[in-house]
Amino acid sequence: MSGATHDHNPMELMISVAARYLEDGATVVVGTGAPCAAAMLAQKLYSPSLMIMFEAGGIGPLLPSMPISVGDSRTFYRGVAASSMPEIMGLCQRGIVDYCFLGGAQMDQYGNLNSTVIGSHARPKVRLPGSGGANDLASLAWRTMVITPQDRRRFVPKVDFVTSPGYLTGKGAREAAGLPPGTGPYKVITNLAVIGFDAASCRMVVESLHPGVDRDTVAASTGFSLLWSDELTQTEPPTADELQILRQEVDPLRYIIGRG
Amino acid sequence: MPELFMPPDVDAAREYFRAKPRRMESKLSTVAAAVARYLQDGDYIAIGGFGTNRIPTAVLHEIVRQGRKSLGVSGHTATHDFQILAAAGAMDRVDVAYVVGLEARGLSRSARRMFEEGRLRVTEWSNAALAWRYLAAAMGVPFLPARVMLGTDTQVYSAAKEIVCPFTGIKLLAVPALYPDLAVIHVHQADVYGNAQIEGIGVSDFDLARAAKRLIITCERLVPPEEIRRQPTRTAIPYFLVDAVCEVPYGSYPGNMPYEYFSDEVHLGQWLQAEEDSATLAAFLDKYIYGTTGFAEYLELCGGSHRLQQLRRQELLLNANGDTSPDQGGQQR
Repeated sequence: MSGATHDHNPMELMISVAARYLEDGATVVVGTGAPCAAAMLAQKLYSPSLMIMFEAGGIGPLLPSMPISVGDSRTFYRGVAASSMPEIMGLCQRGIVDYCFLGGAQMDQYGNLNSTVIGSHARPKVRLPGSGGANDLASLAWRTMVITPQDRRRFVPKVDFVTSPGYLTGKGAREAAGLPPGTGPYKVITNLAVIGFDAASCRMVVESLHPGVDRDTVAASTGFSLLWSDELTQTEPPTADELQILRQEVDPLRYIIGRG
Repeated sequence: MPELFMPPDVDAAREYFRAKPRRMESKLSTVAAAVARYLQDGDYIAIGGFGTNRIPTAVLHEIVRQGRKSLGVSGHTATHDFQILAAAGAMDRVDVAYVVGLEARGLSRSARRMFEEGRLRVTEWSNAALAWRYLAAAMGVPFLPARVMLGTDTQVYSAAKEIVCPFTGIKLLAVPALYPDLAVIHVHQADVYGNAQIEGIGVSDFDLARAAKRLIITCERLVPPEEIRRQPTRTAIPYFLVDAVCEVPYGSYPGNMPYEYFSDEVHLGQWLQAEEDSATLAAFLDKYIYGTTGFAEYLELCGGSHRLQQLRRQELLLNANGDTSPDQGGQQR
């Protein structure tokens, strides 16, 4: 990766950073939007045999464009299989899925995600879609990745509803609840930083700051206290190659990267 | 306590299936007659496909047109299908895995209002949980063990129960078999008996077809039984599961139908916009559903064969300008 800087927007940076985590030969279940763009970018640039799957049944498509639904026909276009929901969920449950990408309206320091309600469950202020496949993927995939904007509305001390499990209440809580050992949140990639999870406490730990972002900005954009890595680095900005593939092949119509 | 709307009574289900007619005879029906005959107020229904993909839109419209009320709904990624039922206030209880949202397109106001005004009884699940509830019913067992939802509020607000594995001692979540009163599934082709073939992803329809007590099939094309027998490998649903067969060309519109036509993002956008307030929604429903005699008229109102031709080209990546993506702003109209 060259260290040269190129003009880019935060979405392009988040997608590029996420793509670097998806190694060749890995399996990943994605949704639409930024995660799908990251997987496509990884496949074109770093990991040609990255296996992309969608929860509704698409396996290994040669994506001609961004899907608009995780069950639309693009998700199995020239794929290796057009399977089913129970097939994909079974793959997750028996340990074949390495990565999944999730999002949510709220997230806490343990990576627990809320996509169900803002407010009370009985009379929500905002009713959101619910788990969909998110709880399943967060429970069963080896590593959960999140791409999200970072602000105090999203990064909260306590989520209104734990839709999908992060590390729940901390170290050992997932295993105690009955979730498969060795699973859980891996990286949270925001518009400000790359955040991992501390092995001892399972709390969020900032690993790198994006170019031009300082610690105070990250702290001020987070509703709980963050841990800081002893080896805090600066995030490698998108390379010329990443930007070119992203703009010309992955998302030429700027559906995702146009959201800046 | 969260409600278990459909208890997993496997022996009652066996009795039901024992009595279900299994003769190989024509079940060809109009959509209106099928809905009138197989869906009553208060029934619990499940919709096949995936929200805006391979959905039986004509039946959903007919449920609204005939004014069905107090339905229970399985929200296994129910998006535009759920939106249609919510717009008409046709339900009073829902098993939620994914509803209200239309994925990246936004949230349905009608659906949000039903939840936020407390007009629904709600139990939470995940997509895998509902998929495996269908599978348990399809297998004829009262539950399946699973390793999802554990430790979360999704579990707390579900009607699943924790169990301990008798072999390994690990903690598991038992998800109860779900036998819907009625399932409706749109397929590519079927014969008059109900033998049905699907192309592309099956989502959860293989199991749903086996879990449901009654099953309405809508199909893009009616084909001779010989066509089914020529390629039995492709049959996802054998005739004896099926109660009614309705031929509805373009039946998934405005949803996507694999290898046939892409979703109409312009019209789906009009739906979301119409829901902004109750007056515009009422006018919209009058125009597209209550004021039409059936699905063919709806298709005409939405641009007819010209629009469907565009969507077919989009699905087959044949757009003249080389744009392989769905049109999201109506620029191709």
